[in-house]
Amino acid sequence: MNYSSAEIWLIIALMAVGTFLIRFSFLGLIGNRDMPAFVLRLLRYTPVAVLPGMVAPLVLWPTATQGQTDPVRLIAALVTVLVGVWTRSALWAICGGAATFYIAIAIVAAL
Amino acid sequence: MTTSTVKAPAKSAYWAGVRDGAPFILMAGPFATLFGVIATDAGLTLAQAMGFTVLVIAGAAQFAAVQLMVENASIAFVLLAALAVNLRMAMYSASLVPYLGAAPLWKRALIAYLNFDQTYVMSISRYEARPEMSVPDRVSYFFGVATPIAPLWAVMTLVGILAGKAIPDAWALDFIMPIMFLAMVAPMLKSRAHLAAAGVSVLVALALTELPAGTGLLIAAGAAMLTGALVETWMERRGR
Repeated sequence: MNYSSAEIWLIIALMAVGTFLIRFSFLGLIGNRDMPAFVLRLLRYTPVAVLPGMVAPLVLWPTATQGQTDPVRLIAALVTVLVGVWTRSALWAICGGAATFYIAIAIVAAL
Repeated sequence: MTTSTVKAPAKSAYWAGVRDGAPFILMAGPFATLFGVIATDAGLTLAQAMGFTVLVIAGAAQFAAVQLMVENASIAFVLLAALAVNLRMAMYSASLVPYLGAAPLWKRALIAYLNFDQTYVMSISRYEARPEMSVPDRVSYFFGVATPIAPLWAVMTLVGILAGKAIPDAWALDFIMPIMFLAMVAPMLKSRAHLAAAGVSVLVALALTELPAGTGLLIAAGAAMLTGALVETWMERRGR
């Protein structure tokens, strides 16, 4: 990480203000006016639109292996998604994915 | 869950919220600890990591920001990507207006600060199930749900920061963050529109990895949101 302390605090401050303004937006400023249905529809997909795109390169080309695709990480990612879809629980998905990851690391280390 | 809440004073709406919020500490506790560990691992000081947790108080966006900072993305891209993760909260904010729009401004501001996934989901389902709730009761309930979660979020981050320094590299914490994000997204893949949006997000992001850090992700997210909304519209038309 190559940021100065001031730059890090700038990121924190602007993220804090930006996040608050997003949360306050309609409740605080726009009031009771209705939003166009299509805008609400777009906003509904925000989490599933942002997070998968952020994760995909990290799964396929991990920085820890200098970008080499790593079967251990691929399998852990796959298990995480499957457990999450199956149980509908983020907590179980984390447990399943992390357990798979560490067991696979241990197996590879033992080989 | 009795009908007594209907005419009872705000205090009992508050305690009903506390009770409904309590189970979420199972999720928020480990999640916050992990943020402390990862932020420390990435090179943030104790004060900086706590600054994120207390001032931003948005798990996924905090993880996203730290990830992009590890990649040394430009400050603008760190902010854009992290705030993009939080854009869903504009939708939360909008959908609370019919229930809480009449509350005093300072209360709405405090609710905005505490408006994260768990508080929002619990509160909106309570408001929808009980249209007769008064505005002060709705406000009390919201603060009740936040009460067990928000302080724990800060305390467990601190635990993670202090514990993180003792964690060896062999634990490969670099990959815990992708696992967390996947774990948060997977339960949301509940319709074809959500699946399509996630698929487009992955494909476009992978195709654009050569662009400066954060740029491809923003384009991918925009394309994916549009895909989700269009597929939903299409499914609705077909369903009629």
